[in-house]
Amino acid sequence: MEILLEAKNLSKKYVKTTGFFTRTKTVIKALDNVSVSIKKGITLAVVGESGSGKSTLAKSLIRLIDIDKGSIIFRNKNMRTINGDTLKSIRKNIQMIFQDPYASLNPRMKILKIMEEPLKVHKLGDSKYQYSKILSMIKRVGLVEADLLKYPHQFSGGQRQRIGIARALILEPELVICDEPVSALDVSVQAQIIKLLKSLQKEFGLTFLFITHDLRIVRHIANEVIVMKDGKLIEQGKTDIIFNNPKTNYTKELLASIPGNLSKRK
Amino acid sequence: MKNNILEINNLKVFPNLKSRLKLVKNISLRLKKGKTTCIVGESGSGKSLTALSVMQLLSSQLSMSGSIVFEGINLLTLSKEEIRKRRGKDIAMIFQEPMTSLNPVLTIGYQIQEAISVHESLNKVKLNNRVLKLLKTVGIPVDRINSYPDELSGGQRQRVMIAMAISCSPKLLIADEPTTALDVTVQAQILDLLNDLKLKFEMTMLFITHDFGVVEDIADDVAVMFQGEIVEQGSVANVLKKPQHPYTRALLDCVPDAYGKKDLKPIDYAVLKELMG
Repeated sequence: MEILLEAKNLSKKYVKTTGFFTRTKTVIKALDNVSVSIKKGITLAVVGESGSGKSTLAKSLIRLIDIDKGSIIFRNKNMRTINGDTLKSIRKNIQMIFQDPYASLNPRMKILKIMEEPLKVHKLGDSKYQYSKILSMIKRVGLVEADLLKYPHQFSGGQRQRIGIARALILEPELVICDEPVSALDVSVQAQIIKLLKSLQKEFGLTFLFITHDLRIVRHIANEVIVMKDGKLIEQGKTDIIFNNPKTNYTKELLASIPGNLSKRK
Repeated sequence: MKNNILEINNLKVFPNLKSRLKLVKNISLRLKKGKTTCIVGESGSGKSLTALSVMQLLSSQLSMSGSIVFEGINLLTLSKEEIRKRRGKDIAMIFQEPMTSLNPVLTIGYQIQEAISVHESLNKVKLNNRVLKLLKTVGIPVDRINSYPDELSGGQRQRVMIAMAISCSPKLLIADEPTTALDVTVQAQILDLLNDLKLKFEMTMLFITHDFGVVEDIADDVAVMFQGEIVEQGSVANVLKKPQHPYTRALLDCVPDAYGKKDLKPIDYAVLKELMG
């Protein structure tokens, strides 16, 4: 299978200063020698509890944060050394969907403008082409043309997530990083969004890096899983194998903690 | 019924200025003594309003009608002072985000003492011993007694809230999404703790959640709420395994399981509307 992105030995440290007078410095390893390879066309889930480094990993892959050590190769280009236009063109190929779409949609822009922006930044086609592209994408995620003239606050949480997905996909990326995209949604809306993501993946041949803390969702959406804890990669492999035959105690504990599994804990 | 500690009859909650709009529509619910009843539903279904009604902590913009009978007394007919005496003593409550319920400038030991002192007058030594005992009960190391809330983890903060809630041995504990903000492993620990406490102190619990997995772990009985109404209630085994109401069935079809065996089916609201008549 073709490998889309290969990250090796990623490390990232944060220095935290605590104490008002004493100023003690503690070093937090957000990423501790983490290596990941993402195969084309699959969904790779990153699971872990808060503070495990899963979001740091996602952000470092598209250089929203700079790492201290390691290499990230995407389509034969070293993400750590490229700059300017090359970085911009690579970022077109890697898009992100966030947990809270409201926080990532400008409240003063109509949906049309929000959707136009990425196309304008990357100078894709004339305005007529752009409009038809936006229209087909917004319809594809289950909204209607009239919605383009509305503002983000006029939508429900699920609809906003649909807009977030449409904006991410309008540039036809190869890799989509989904950072807890359904965590803030009700289960019925969550099921809609998961179904939508799965069908879009099939249609556009997308690769997903799916960050979540919910193992039940991992089971439904992911082909492969990475388990993280305290910035370290604890375990990785095919979803079925990890769920049926976890190797480490931490993964076992995580699996036993899935709500509805009380009998397994006792 | 003698076995019911709380009976909610025909409860309606509505805005003062628009009484035709019912946020909670005529619900009736019985809580069996010593059992855990879960109210499960999506956001806006009225589950939290129902819990707040029992504590009479509704916003002043909202009114309620019907009756809420706790141990034979209708709470809605009591004066504010009489309610205040019961609140925290007979009926206690814990919330989703413990940090917003704890005072950041007071030690947790002091705050637990405060919760006790409102209802009982004890001397300093007895009070301190009681706090130490409570900390042990909820699984916080006793040397943390002088810690401030921000020095504790999310799970420990929720344990402090639980210690405060059980400090006066309430007969009924209302828990409004107490584990929603916590990591799964911590959530599992808190659910285990609540289960243990329920058995140890023969407490009755009213537990609000949106997560059917949590329901399966903690509930004896369950009530499913949708658009301000209880559409189905019964024992956990019956409701989860043999759901009768179309909404319960549709909602259960949306819940991912830990085995990845079932296909997630989003709710088709047109079909649901037809089925519900």
